[in-house]
Amino acid sequence: MASARAAAISMRGVRKRFAEIVAVDGLDLEVPAGVCFGLLGPNGAGKSTTMRMLTAQALADEGAISVLGYELPRQSKQARLEMGVVPQLDNLDVELTCRQILTVFARLYRVARGERAEAVQRALQIANLTARADTIVRELSGGMRRRLLVARGLIHEPRLVLLDEPTVGLDPQVRQELWSLIDGLRTRGVTVLMSTHYIEEAERLADTVAVMSAGRIIAQGTPAELVAEHAGEQVLEVYGPPERLAQVDELAASNGWASRRSGPAVAIMRAETLNGLAPEGVRRPANLEDAFVALTGQEIE
Amino acid sequence: MMSGGSQLPPGAQTRASVGRLEPAALAGVMSRDVAIFGRYWKATTFSSIVQPTIYLLAFGLGLGALLHKVGHLTYVQYVATGVVATAVLFSSAFPGMFNTFIRWQFQRTYDAMLAAPVDVEELITAEILWISLRAGVYGLAPLLVGLAFGLEPELGMLLVVPIGFVTGFGFAAFGVTVAAVAKTIDNFNYITSAVLTPLFLVAGTFFPISNLPAGVRAVAQVNPLYHCVQLVRDASLGSLGTPDLVHAGVLLAFALLMWRLAIQQLGRRLID
Repeated sequence: MASARAAAISMRGVRKRFAEIVAVDGLDLEVPAGVCFGLLGPNGAGKSTTMRMLTAQALADEGAISVLGYELPRQSKQARLEMGVVPQLDNLDVELTCRQILTVFARLYRVARGERAEAVQRALQIANLTARADTIVRELSGGMRRRLLVARGLIHEPRLVLLDEPTVGLDPQVRQELWSLIDGLRTRGVTVLMSTHYIEEAERLADTVAVMSAGRIIAQGTPAELVAEHAGEQVLEVYGPPERLAQVDELAASNGWASRRSGPAVAIMRAETLNGLAPEGVRRPANLEDAFVALTGQEIE
Repeated sequence: MMSGGSQLPPGAQTRASVGRLEPAALAGVMSRDVAIFGRYWKATTFSSIVQPTIYLLAFGLGLGALLHKVGHLTYVQYVATGVVATAVLFSSAFPGMFNTFIRWQFQRTYDAMLAAPVDVEELITAEILWISLRAGVYGLAPLLVGLAFGLEPELGMLLVVPIGFVTGFGFAAFGVTVAAVAKTIDNFNYITSAVLTPLFLVAGTFFPISNLPAGVRAVAQVNPLYHCVQLVRDASLGSLGTPDLVHAGVLLAFALLMWRLAIQQLGRRLID
């Protein structure tokens, strides 16, 4: 039980059904304290539902959930007091200023009256919004709004932060900014659970990645482990006209090679194990995307 | 569970534990309402003064020219006190409906707050509390306007604040319930025309219900706004008596019932 106690998040056999759809289907998930844990999956895999169950904004039909040692949903309020949440959808009050929003949330998170101004200042600093403290949210850029959402979830210095698709819809430069912000959290010992459908995001930030598909975890490990296990060392990419690609598909199938269509090419996994039958092509190191596609059978951004 | 914290990461610290309907949570939710109110208080105050002025001018000068007295009251006394209830009704039921729907469905503010240590019950209660406090205070506006129209000042007028608060609590909660069950914001039109308009007219606001057919009169008796009007009138004109306990009782019961209904209905939809 010692390991269970050290876990920041533990979910066992969790199921959640919405009318006809089973969003989460027997999920087992254990997030150790102090790591950045990536929940990687295509849209509709059940990531957001999983996140909402951790704040008891969705209630599981079956299974057991505990967060920071608190049993959900019974002790969810205590758990929420000690964690921070950054939602996927922007739910900022557009009529208020950054400072006003952060002050309201400082109160909601029970930051003592005498410490609120300081907490707000610190959150503004983390999000690099000090110069915009008194700007109304409506006038902020998309990137600033997202940083404010993060600052709002950090106002009470939580030891666990849930980030639901933190950079979805952001341009590359803003994404980089957020990545360094998230990386900074991990450095400070905060446990991070981040859902994402961006492979690169998971690869760069997560110590451990769990691949989620159709409501359950289908593989878990460090990015390197996942790649080694599910895509091997090398991938052979064969380019050519459609007829050639169809031939290569056939060749792969008849030899039992794991392969996939990757844009204008056929990518064959575990190229290092191919015998002399290997077609002409470009060899490159296998990456998390290869592993992801091998696991889920789905292409991704 | 007691030893649960020992192996947790840095940053773990002892914090106050949380309970049900905590004042800190209510205050936190309301602090947001206060911040927003800071943006539109001028418009609210303007309309809360101008609206009763128009009612008093239109009904007082128009209808009042034909109708000098209603029972033993002058028409100004009658209308000014009636408009208090109207003001309370509209300043509670409408925010209950629209603010709730907008914050819940469009701005997702409630989603954000429920991810913080705030329960559905606290969130909804705080929102209703804020609306009803405002409704109670702004309920004084028609009386202030009435004073300008010749209403006699009376200490009992201050009771309009608690009366407006309790009535506003019930109607704000009613509005929240409507927002919870409405599929779209356009559906509010059904409630406004089929429920709120008759409620506000058949409450002894602009004409006494005693002249209405018996069936309608019976309906008016169960209209919470009718009891609000009676209480406001008795308090503001210095004629409080035993029947007012019944009026107060009905308003309290209405507020309590609607409060629980609002939490039940919206709560079901806020938590999946």
